[in-house]
Amino acid sequence: MYNQKVVDYFMNPRNAGKIEDANAIGEVGNPTCGDVMKIYLKVDPKTEVIDDIKFETFGCAAAIATSSMITEMAKEKTLPEALKISNQDVADALGGLPAIKLHCSLLAKEGIQAAAADFYMKRDGVLPEGLTFPENCTSNVGGSEEEPFVSEDNRSAE
Amino acid sequence: MTPREVYLDNSATTKMDPRVLEAMLPYWSENYGNPNSLHRRGREARSAVDAARASVAALINADPTDIIFTGAGSEADNLAVKGAAWALKAKGKGNHIITSAIEHHAILDSVKWLGRMGFEYTVLPVDSKGMVCPSDLEAAIRPDTVLVTIMFANNEVGTIEPIKALGEVCRKHGVLFHTDAVQAAGHINIDVKDLPVDMLTMAAHKMYGPKGIGALYVRKGVKLIPTLHGGGQEFGLRSGTENVAEIVGFGKAAEIAKARLEAGEDKKLAALRDYFIDGVLSSVPESHLTGATGEDRLPFHTSFTVKYIEGEGMLLLLDAAGIAASSGSACTSGSLEPSYVLLALGLDHATAHGSLRMTMSHDTTKEDIDYVLEKLPQIVEKLRAMSPFYNKK
Ligand SMILES: Cc1ncc(COP(=O)(O)O)c(C=O)c1O
Ligand code: FES
Repeated sequence: MYNQKVVDYFMNPRNAGKIEDANAIGEVGNPTCGDVMKIYLKVDPKTEVIDDIKFETFGCAAAIATSSMITEMAKEKTLPEALKISNQDVADALGGLPAIKLHCSLLAKEGIQAAAADFYMKRDGVLPEGLTFPENCTSNVGGSEEEPFVSEDNRSAE
Repeated sequence: MTPREVYLDNSATTKMDPRVLEAMLPYWSENYGNPNSLHRRGREARSAVDAARASVAALINADPTDIIFTGAGSEADNLAVKGAAWALKAKGKGNHIITSAIEHHAILDSVKWLGRMGFEYTVLPVDSKGMVCPSDLEAAIRPDTVLVTIMFANNEVGTIEPIKALGEVCRKHGVLFHTDAVQAAGHINIDVKDLPVDMLTMAAHKMYGPKGIGALYVRKGVKLIPTLHGGGQEFGLRSGTENVAEIVGFGKAAEIAKARLEAGEDKKLAALRDYFIDGVLSSVPESHLTGATGEDRLPFHTSFTVKYIEGEGMLLLLDAAGIAASSGSACTSGSLEPSYVLLALGLDHATAHGSLRMTMSHDTTKEDIDYVLEKLPQIVEKLRAMSPFYNKK
């Protein structure tokens, strides 16, 4: 189901863990399947460069792999640059994700967004133009409204 | 040294016994007759089918003429539920079906589909071990109830239902009783002469037989409307030229399963299961068993929840270590909903996320289990180190 690169980023996660003296933390939940991701940042208050970034993720292999990848991509970038990384960029950098797992990459993107928002709130007391806290628990990727004819749960074909 | 391979997904399917394959082989090419033909080739195929029917019947102490071969366990479930519901409705007996919340989709979706076709149904809850309570069943029976279908044993949590007590409730109220014994048949003793069940489903591939062949036991006198019409094979209940080789394979698998039960091998496996369960619970902190224990649990079945982590990651890391397992986590479900069985037992979504099922076979050794007990705690630790919920020391 997953390509080799995704498996590698899951098996050998980059930047997993906590930053004890982080100056920004973002926590987001995945409304689709109930997973949680936490991003820790150490941002230079003047240059806004991400000096260090770590994640903790409670979720599937795709969620862990995208967490790994986005932290790698965001490291040493400025916050505005890091915020430009889209979930599609992360999925592409991983060589693609199965369609049903695309929502997991959204978790990673929103994690950065939440952590950045936390940074600006702490530093300035306001969010810069265009940045919001991710509206998790309302966004819903995938999950059709249509009532399926048969299985509501296709894992029990055994 | 080749890496160890430990297949612990025998609730999904089992490896076919080489004796089964050997028995089947001639029936594809050499003995290729149609059992419905008059000539020698036909008669040869007919007697092979008859012998297999007798072996499958013997496994559950049924009469051979009470066994209907079908194209899968699912098909037998469909035939039982739809066939009985339509037949009894046609006779004006009623319109209401009772089932449980933890049935396989072959049952649940059949019942729900009948619901769209004008039937009414009640889905019984289960307790925290996955047991259906006979008094709940009794309370749900209405004057127009025509059929009760409750599984013999559950695939996800291994719990064996109180089939005798449930069947007695049905008898008392004159309601037909079907049980899906796909997970149980061949693994525990089942005697339909002793049990008040009217129909019982089996599938060969869960007992070291081939895939794509099932059987429905139908007690004499029970009338069903067929779900497949045509040449009238299988006593008119399942038209279509018999899948001779697979039927022969099912017969052989049933024969082997019966011999194993008589030799008490299920008890040996249950002892290994308990060793495994104790090993997991003691080596993985904050792990819990799901489902029942002891005699109330399938002898080959273990299932757990592991706190703070998600099942898909566990499965991939186990797989990398050569261990095949399964999970009811939302992330592995394809629908992004956790297993409805685990939710029915009262687990919350986060706990269901960390579910892990490891189901053994008669080939599983203590060395295999020790290997898993060595790897699993490391895997759990690795994932927990990445979890936001886990308090690291
Ligand atoms: C309890 C139960 N019922 C029915 C089935 C369906 O059987 P089959 O795969 O042969 O259609 C399975 C497993 O697949 C099962 O575990
Ligand atoms: S995090 Fe649940 S499916 Fe990816």
